[in-house]
Amino acid sequence: MHGGGRQVVADPILETRDLNKSFGAVQVLHDVSISVYPGQVTALVGDNGAGKSTFVKCIAGINSIDSGEVRWQGKPVTVHDPREAAALGIEFVYQDLALADNLTITQNMYLGREIRRGGFLVNGEMERKAREVLTGLSVRTVSSVRQLVASLSGGQRQTVAIAKAVLWNSKVVFLDEPTAALGVAQTRQVLDLVRRLADNGLGVVLISHNMNDVMEVADRVVALYLGRVAAEVSRSDTSVTQIVELITTGRSGDIGLSRATASESI
Amino acid sequence: MTDEPKLGKRPVAGPAAGPDSFLGKDSAFALDDEPLSIGHAIRSYVNRLRTGDPGALPSILGLLVLGFIFSRVSDQFLSLNNIGNLPGQSAYIAVIALGLIFVLLLGEIDLSAGTAGGVCAGFAAQALFSGGLKNGVSGALFWTLACFMVLSLLLGVWLKAWTGAAVVLIGLLILTFGLEKHVLGAMFFAVTLGTAIGIFTGWLVAKVGIPSFVVTLALFLAWQGVLLFALNSQPVGIQSYPYWYGLANNNMSNTWSWVFTIVLVGGYLGYTLLRAIRARAKGLIAESMALVLVRGGLLAAVGVVITILACQDRNPNVGFPISGIPWAMSIPIVLMIAATIALTKTPWGRHLFATGGNAEAARRAGIDVVHIRVTAFTVCSSFAALGGIFLSSSTGGAQLDLGAGNILLFAVAAAVIGGTSLFGGRGKPRDAIIGALVIAIIPNGIGLKPSLPAQWQTVITGAVLLIAATVDALSRRSSSRR
Ligand SMILES: Nc1ncnc2c1ncn2[C@@H]1O[C@H](COP(=O)(O)OP(=O)(O)O)[C@@H](O)[C@H]1O
Ligand SMILES: [Mg+2]
Repeated sequence: MHGGGRQVVADPILETRDLNKSFGAVQVLHDVSISVYPGQVTALVGDNGAGKSTFVKCIAGINSIDSGEVRWQGKPVTVHDPREAAALGIEFVYQDLALADNLTITQNMYLGREIRRGGFLVNGEMERKAREVLTGLSVRTVSSVRQLVASLSGGQRQTVAIAKAVLWNSKVVFLDEPTAALGVAQTRQVLDLVRRLADNGLGVVLISHNMNDVMEVADRVVALYLGRVAAEVSRSDTSVTQIVELITTGRSGDIGLSRATASESI
Repeated sequence: MTDEPKLGKRPVAGPAAGPDSFLGKDSAFALDDEPLSIGHAIRSYVNRLRTGDPGALPSILGLLVLGFIFSRVSDQFLSLNNIGNLPGQSAYIAVIALGLIFVLLLGEIDLSAGTAGGVCAGFAAQALFSGGLKNGVSGALFWTLACFMVLSLLLGVWLKAWTGAAVVLIGLLILTFGLEKHVLGAMFFAVTLGTAIGIFTGWLVAKVGIPSFVVTLALFLAWQGVLLFALNSQPVGIQSYPYWYGLANNNMSNTWSWVFTIVLVGGYLGYTLLRAIRARAKGLIAESMALVLVRGGLLAAVGVVITILACQDRNPNVGFPISGIPWAMSIPIVLMIAATIALTKTPWGRHLFATGGNAEAARRAGIDVVHIRVTAFTVCSSFAALGGIFLSSSTGGAQLDLGAGNILLFAVAAAVIGGTSLFGGRGKPRDAIIGALVIAIIPNGIGLKPSLPAQWQTVITGAVLLIAATVDALSRRSSSRR
């Protein structure tokens, strides 16, 4: 089931170089350099407080950057808020999903970007395109795009949130813990979807605690340790044990932070 | 806004392995693939009932039950004359409740809608009575009023409530040229003053950040005093102004009644037909012809029966025929249709629902939540002003307590009985109309039986409200247990 473009080595679509971020006296991100490639799932792993969410917020423009650079398709960019990120083609699915329960699947997917004609909504058109997008993502578990989101299961809601994020010419999508609240079958469903996004050519950044998810779906794994990139490894060259070590100690064998750096931060 | 979704056009990434579909493969968009038939419509309605969205059913049942009870209590009740009085007795509640729906959808409340409506109607009545507001109220009050409207205008522009700002500007022009001494000018001025009040209220809630309960509680009190200033503590009658007095007391001619019904029913039928044909042609989710025709036919039947009844002489005293659809019925219906279109067919309405359902989701979707809140309060107070006009029309004038007392609470009760949620996100303009009828039918029915003490009125109203809330709570519980 891992098909598509993962073998193709392309230039990174999104890169950060030596990103630093402090909240007051506390430095949360240290020289973070990460690359996101189209057609690949990049897993961003790290312990609680490692700085994953802060990193995502820096990309989204919710947090400002102290120093360092964000490069989009090779060019340095400055993003001030999530809308600017969306204009570039970067979308974010936050852990709390942010769907309106009282609206339908279609209405949620098009929220804030409705198709209109003469000042009025064009509901039929939106429903058709919502179906197309969901079909394109091989989502088969909803019986109608007119269903209220309130009536969906957790996995279906996650699916709608992801479909909403990738509806608009997006090229990179950040998923924050997309399977955290899901059961086995629904996790399966969402992981398949994550894989398909990458196979469709998107750069996917998957933030996760769950090593099974990471090993199953990721192409590359970036481990953050106390705000530093401990290592960036290819999934096929690594093991769960190694990743867990990187997450918990910042190093594993001869990869990871130097002993001095790893212990300095504690 | 013109971006095309992109993923749909990408090649599908092959069938996914694994138990991807826990509902089974056949169920993908199963409901979207065939035209929506009558069976579908009934099934989805039953499904909505089961999932805790009873819609208008409880309020219509309540209306029927109350109607049945009162028809036993007095044989007058079902007379054309009495039924014909109901619109005039309920219109002000319906119109205020219509405006409240917008605010309730956000999960907010406007306790000041009643007294704000009273103030607006009070200023208008005073203007008519004394040939212009400049002559009617003290110079200080006049200039305070003008400054208040200018302030609201500026707030409206700042908060991008363009329509509201434009309406307030028209109000200022009316004031500048003294047009409020004519009856239509006065009534329109009242609405623009309501708009100004709404922008101000919305600003306090959405921008300053005071809870709407507190803001509107304060304004509820304050407007009562302002009304006394506006009226110079003297009630003003409006019976001598046919346009105004006629709102709650006159009827359309029989011919115009039929024109009204035909335009309404024909418009609805034409719109749904066209929509179904177009959707089918484009391969979108479409309603079947049978569904469209049956639904439109039902509406037409109801409309025709009501119009036939309305066009008979209903005056029990011979020699002075009364007939035609009451203005107090046609105007709220038109307003309800306008509100429904605004809420369901425009991006603004969609955003209002989203904000009421999940404000954070709306904000992240790029919706200007502050703007939505301000405009909702603006609409609410504008409707409230019109409600105040209707109220003074049915009472015959601007009393010193116009719009105070239970009026706002009745309007909230009407919306809730109709099925609107106080938690936001759920409600329909239709709820306001049906709920207002329920509220108005109680004093109407009790009034027909002199031996039944009037004390029962509020007790029964309270009981009905409780029953409505219980039905709502139970249906929600059953849906969450499902
Ligand atoms: N707005 C903030 N102000 C101060 N400290 C913050 C803020 N946001 C995050 N932090 C701190 O930054 C560190 C990294 O947090 P976070 O990025 O949320 O970690 P993760 O998502 O990897 O669990 C934590 O120590 C957290 O307390
Ligand atoms: Mg986090």
